[in-house]
Amino acid sequence: MIKFENITKIYSPEAIALKDVSFEIEKKEFISIVGKSGAGKTTLLKLFLASEKPTQGRILFNNQDICDITPEDICQHRKKIGAVFQDYKLLDSKTAYENVVYIMEVLGKSDEEILRDVPKVLDIVGLTERSHHYPNELSAGERQRTAIARALIHRPEVILADEPTGNLDPYNASDIIHLLLKINEMGTTIILATHNKEIVNSLGKRVVTLDQGKLVRDEKKGRFIL
Amino acid sequence: MITSLKRIFKLGWKSLSYDWGVTATTIFVLVLTVSLITSIFLLKGVSQFLIQKIEEKIDISVYFKDDIVENKIMEVRDELLDISDAENIQYISKDQALQDFTERHEQEEVLMQSLAEVGVNPFLASINIKATDPTEYGQIAQFLETGDFGDSIQKVDYYEKKPVIERIFNLADSFKRVGIGLSILLVFFSFLVVLNTTRLAIYNLREEIQVQRLVGASNWFIRGPFLVQGMIAGAVSALIAFVIFISGCWLLSPNVSNLFSDLNVWEYFTGNLLSIILIQLGAGIFLGLISSFIAIRKHLKV
Repeated sequence: MIKFENITKIYSPEAIALKDVSFEIEKKEFISIVGKSGAGKTTLLKLFLASEKPTQGRILFNNQDICDITPEDICQHRKKIGAVFQDYKLLDSKTAYENVVYIMEVLGKSDEEILRDVPKVLDIVGLTERSHHYPNELSAGERQRTAIARALIHRPEVILADEPTGNLDPYNASDIIHLLLKINEMGTTIILATHNKEIVNSLGKRVVTLDQGKLVRDEKKGRFIL
Repeated sequence: MITSLKRIFKLGWKSLSYDWGVTATTIFVLVLTVSLITSIFLLKGVSQFLIQKIEEKIDISVYFKDDIVENKIMEVRDELLDISDAENIQYISKDQALQDFTERHEQEEVLMQSLAEVGVNPFLASINIKATDPTEYGQIAQFLETGDFGDSIQKVDYYEKKPVIERIFNLADSFKRVGIGLSILLVFFSFLVVLNTTRLAIYNLREEIQVQRLVGASNWFIRGPFLVQGMIAGAVSALIAFVIFISGCWLLSPNVSNLFSDLNVWEYFTGNLLSIILIQLGAGIFLGLISSFIAIRKHLKV
């Protein structure tokens, strides 16, 4: 489904983010990408989101090379992906409900579909009662759950989660990971980038380890080893 | 398509009402710019009116030799009526000229005594010409002097008035040119102010724009609400500027009339109401739209 082939990303001769990274991700897989800060986890996700282009190599998503994607097609590509970030990246001018609705509007869904699906997703992430609050009125955990609802609403093929628990306390962190597992069970591929050892070890899922931009380990039922 | 347009308008309206501080600043700057453009329009009208008033005061006179009979003068008058687009051609006989002079200077003893000493009527019969277009005076003077009546004419006072006429034309011309240059410059600077205010407003929202891009919104879906906001802000500022100007003209009109006789600002404003509304609305919406369009461009490259 997703194939990273010999990906190298060089920002400057002193800042080489990724060096010849290659691996594949199957459909419905839950994969954790681990590594210290600066190991290249976020860069990898940015490349997949087509926010940046690799210096070398190619990324195939459903056999389409996303490195050759035109700026006009980037939005079509991103519509197939759900993204969750450490800093939530919610629209501050919109309530939790509106943040989720926005994705449906971007996708051109009808008002009926919006009214039917959004409350359901907000219910899944446990935000029904707080849905009409703005992000600055929500707790960190609630904001991240809003971000997950937003990533989930359009039933994307894959969800990218970049350090989704980075700003959360252990209770909320475990909550978010359980949500991601639940979404994965429903058939969505999850790519989780994290440096949270406990979470990775508790998952018992595939782990790809990056160190200084190089892929150093890829295990089916891996653990956080650095 | 219609659903998307409806949503873009809704999102634009919501964003506008979300941050009233920024919206108010943008509207304030737009009101200043629209007011400036309206002032330029009004000043153009006022200056044209004043120049026209001065031009109306210009005329030339053709003086005929003493021995030329009235019939001959009337022929000249008829010819002039045929060739020129004159507003008014008036024949002044010798007697009329004397009467006018006496009436005008009857209080001035020295002049009256001198006139009595001369014994005869020293004035010449003349034709006074007032052209619709003052640039025609040169042609009229040339026609009179080089035509068949050249011998009958004592003098045409065009050449005495020529420096004054040319000065007025030059002044009017420079006024127009400086006015246009200054207007372009002022509109350009105020556009820069509007652009930078919008840029700052959009800069504050750059993270939101990046997020919108990251979740797959197309450039037009992101840009649309900003353009709608720009349009609404422009229309509101045009409305505010209109209210300011209509009240200003109504209140100041009597004072302006006292200052420049016959200049009725209120009448000029109401007479050009449609043009003013179109200028204000057009300028407001165009500025709001174009500044939003330019300001958002650089944030769409995520």
